[in-house]
Amino acid sequence: MTEVLVKVGFLAIAALNGAIIFTIMDVKGASWMQRRPGPLHVGLRGFIFPLAEILKFVQKEDIIPTEVDRPVFKWAPAYVMVSCVALFAVVPMSPTLVVADLELGVFFALAISSLGTIGVLTAGWSSANKYSLMGGLRAAGQLIAYELPLILAVVGVVIQAETMSLVGIVEKQIEWGVPFVVGGQIVGFLIFMVAATAEMMRVPFDMPIGESELTMGFMTEYSGIRFLIFYISEYMNMFILCAIASTLFLGGYHVPLLPTEWVNFYGPVVLLTKTAILGFILVAIRWSQPRFREDQLQNLAWKILIPASLVNILVTAVMKVGF
Amino acid sequence: MEIFEIVTYFVLLALLSTAIRVVTTSNVIHAAISLVFTLALTAILFLMLSTEFVALVLVLVYIGAVIVLFLFGIMITRAPLGKNAELDNDKNKKLGAAIAGSIFLLFSYILINGFDGDVTITSGSSTELLGEILLSRFVFPFELVSFVLLAALIGGITLARKDEALIDEDQV
Repeated sequence: MTEVLVKVGFLAIAALNGAIIFTIMDVKGASWMQRRPGPLHVGLRGFIFPLAEILKFVQKEDIIPTEVDRPVFKWAPAYVMVSCVALFAVVPMSPTLVVADLELGVFFALAISSLGTIGVLTAGWSSANKYSLMGGLRAAGQLIAYELPLILAVVGVVIQAETMSLVGIVEKQIEWGVPFVVGGQIVGFLIFMVAATAEMMRVPFDMPIGESELTMGFMTEYSGIRFLIFYISEYMNMFILCAIASTLFLGGYHVPLLPTEWVNFYGPVVLLTKTAILGFILVAIRWSQPRFREDQLQNLAWKILIPASLVNILVTAVMKVGF
Repeated sequence: MEIFEIVTYFVLLALLSTAIRVVTTSNVIHAAISLVFTLALTAILFLMLSTEFVALVLVLVYIGAVIVLFLFGIMITRAPLGKNAELDNDKNKKLGAAIAGSIFLLFSYILINGFDGDVTITSGSSTELLGEILLSRFVFPFELVSFVLLAALIGGITLARKDEALIDEDQV
């Protein structure tokens, strides 16, 4: 029982810290690229910023409009949060430092991450607001479309590693000597990162939020702590998808040439570094690229990413049997 | 083993109550959300029988895709907030109850006859076994199901597609 409690506590802390690290990175990246003085110089060189942000949202009033569908409206952020936090359970920081090394780890991650869509959709509907409904519909259309390439890109890795356990996949990459991204899954990696960015609903795939035309999409009517949950979930999702991408494609907690006996010591540092590098790329894209148009976004998923990932599976399977 | 049974009964009770709520609520979205919980509890039941793969398939396919498409479809056509009188279909209640009862009896008969009342919970994973059985002994039904899915896919495209010739006819 204590073990379970410790693990749940670890999950909550890891998820929150992941979100905070990525919030800092996003905001500091933005102010560095766009010359915003606030997050760069104010209060401990700007590092105090996320704390201020959380305090700001907690002390705000949680306004619930009268026309909303109350229970649905109130619980919608919970689905999104649960789907993000649960993902932290399967990502290994080292062979032993993992909450649950499930045999079907990859499958679990994909199944749980699909739950968030329900929260987004119900949030958009229950707000009784046309902008919210539009945002919810766009979000659902996008999440459905990009879930497929995300899953299909992972299938290539699973075929190559012959296991669905995330620890098993990393061990296979150590055995191979090079991470899968070098060892034949470069296409899979690119598809995964594009689809993951769309799943996070970040620029250039932030049509559902669309500040200028939809005011904030499905989050329009949310305020205070419920808005904060959506906000934090976005960064948790970003952190954990980057961590999963590092584990699946970039060798996880190990880099070539480091001695495997010491993996328990340097594992967490290596994984966090890889995650942070991927996160920084996403931040750089966010603050320098324009947003896709809705039809371009759907075309990219259905006409390019899905066929490409199917070809990737085919090639990987042929190579697996052939060599 | 006792605590396992107690938990099982609690899950079954919760499952029953959410399932009843799916058919009694008078709001489509509430029904869909109750269905999410029904399916989640079913997944937990499968998990307790140590068939992780089936449980995760329920979550991925039914909750993550089917229900999401339900919600999407409802919202993109019409999604009234509050009660929806059309959902209370009094005429077919007896028929529905009769069909539900007969399905219940049929399944109980099959399950009790087939397993003699004792369920063996295998330790370890059944995923590999499931994969092998699906592609050897049950390969024909498996292929048949995929064929049905293909037919449904083509049917869906045919219904949704707007043929230019047809549009012209409609306008005339």
